[in-house]
Amino acid sequence: MTARTNRLGRSALTGLTWLVALLFVFPVIWMVVTSFKHEVDAATDPPTFAFAPTLEQFTTILDRGFLPYLANSAFVTVLSTALVLLLGVPAAYALSLAPVKQTSNALGFFLSTKMLPIVAAIIPLYIISQNLGMLDNVWALIVLYAGMNLPLAVWMMRSFFLEVPTEMIEAARVDGAKLPTVLYRVILPVVAPGIAATALICVIFSWTEFFYAVNLTAAQAGTVPVFLVGFITSEGLFWAQLSAAALLASLPVMIVGWIAQNHLVRGLSMGAVK
Amino acid sequence: MAQVAYAGASRVYPGAHSVRAVDGLDLCIGDGEFLVLVGPSGSGKSTALRMAAGLEDVDEGSISIGDRDVTHLPPKDRDIAMVFQSYALYPHMSVRENMAFSLKLRGMSKSEVNAKVEEAAELLDLTKYLDRKPKALSGGQRQRVAMGRAIVREPSVFLMDEPLSNLDAKLRVETRANIAALQRRLGTTTIYVTHDQVEAMTMGDRVAVLRDGVLQQCASPRELYDTPRNVFVAGFIGSPAMNLLTLPVDGDGVKLGELKVQLPVRVEPGEVTVGIRPETLSLVGAAEDGFELQVELVEELGADAYVHGTLAGHADKIVVRADGRTPPRLGEAVRVAVRDTGEVHVFDPESGLRIGAE
Repeated sequence: MTARTNRLGRSALTGLTWLVALLFVFPVIWMVVTSFKHEVDAATDPPTFAFAPTLEQFTTILDRGFLPYLANSAFVTVLSTALVLLLGVPAAYALSLAPVKQTSNALGFFLSTKMLPIVAAIIPLYIISQNLGMLDNVWALIVLYAGMNLPLAVWMMRSFFLEVPTEMIEAARVDGAKLPTVLYRVILPVVAPGIAATALICVIFSWTEFFYAVNLTAAQAGTVPVFLVGFITSEGLFWAQLSAAALLASLPVMIVGWIAQNHLVRGLSMGAVK
Repeated sequence: MAQVAYAGASRVYPGAHSVRAVDGLDLCIGDGEFLVLVGPSGSGKSTALRMAAGLEDVDEGSISIGDRDVTHLPPKDRDIAMVFQSYALYPHMSVRENMAFSLKLRGMSKSEVNAKVEEAAELLDLTKYLDRKPKALSGGQRQRVAMGRAIVREPSVFLMDEPLSNLDAKLRVETRANIAALQRRLGTTTIYVTHDQVEAMTMGDRVAVLRDGVLQQCASPRELYDTPRNVFVAGFIGSPAMNLLTLPVDGDGVKLGELKVQLPVRVEPGEVTVGIRPETLSLVGAAEDGFELQVELVEELGADAYVHGTLAGHADKIVVRADGRTPPRLGEAVRVAVRDTGEVHVFDPESGLRIGAE
């Protein structure tokens, strides 16, 4: 009897899971489907599934100069994430494995930089950028995105570093390794999945960032989110075009996420101790 | 050429209440000797070992290895190898790479590294597992890899920090014997930390007992067992522990219930602490000389049985070793005699020190 109720309960749970998953994925499906429609089919209410698929929207988007925006986004995302890792990995190491008296204050300081709403800082940032001649410049975005992601990345990576067994580091020291060797050949390989996870988060945040981008850039340094809002015009929404652009905009992140997934699920310390 | 000498070595953890984790340790470990550091948790035994490794600062005194003062040298310059309690293997490296790591860092040629790793693997029965990662090994195999990592380096000193405490009981006994045999074969000076006094007694040439950072006694296992220098060592070494009772002196002896026990040394009138091992006591017939014990617990171990009870008119618990085939029942009153009064230990109740030279 219990076996049957178990099976029943399990099917119910499976059904519920599917339902929730569909609910979450529905907008994405809608977006994908709409991107292959003509603008006329996209505007019908209720939405129709019977339509002649077309690549018209994609070609329109490319004609409207999507690629430079995509290039800007890729450049800003890759460089700001690299900058975050370059600065964040040593910081996380110092704040976890080589703590000093002021470590907790330093951690608090990092966190405090996230407490100010971006809106409150945008006017000074705008003026500073203007004075430096950095308006509509990708390098301004790289610095800002690195600054935006760094505190979070340091906190995240610190928690991964904390899980590194201290005895393993001591073993490496006894084995004759100096600090750089310990860091690069013993600690980093162990925390690599954590660093991959952190990098992925930074990539997503930089890729989807809109507020800085829309305020500090124009035609030269605009990123993909800025390009997307170009479809919201006074003449109305172009659903099919917007969907096609959104699909292209989200593809790179999906691909990166899919690649990183294998690294993410791998266990962190993988049998170092016990 | 690799004796290890602690000279007044101390480790003081600073703070409002500074803690002397190791306090003025004077200890000399001879070349090729297997010395066991033993003590309860918090006794400073691991700290003392880590001071020799260079993983813990030496705040006072000095430590030398061979004829070199290593007090302020980093671990890599001390020519030591350490086996950690958690094994501390590198999880992203195969067994081979784990063992080769230190040799590669020394710039040894690839063929030489391989030869040494394979020789050590042979010795430890790890040849089959050389290309596995630590996560694909059992606890015992991981322990052997940790040993192998130490052996390949051919250091002048092995430092082992409770290397068996993560193994199950059967494997621990087996590995215990293997490590002791291996050390004899290699002849490498070894300092071995454990809280397990059976390991201490069976493995060490000499055993150093620590308590609150202070060395209590350092002697051969036999000597520690037969002539503990103070009450702490007497109670710590031996399982089950020695019975320790503080009693008034009665002439040239003490009275255990109605039994007069003659002491092997002369004592001043007053009180003394008497130590009697469970095997020095035996159960006797009702007619014979002895004292009465109320049985509260019987631990049957097969060959032996340990009878726990309270002495009439005393709060102290007493443990007696009895024949495993005919143990008394719970609640029964049994008669207990002292087999040999020469094996009774006598201590000063104030200072805890042993009375009598021998």
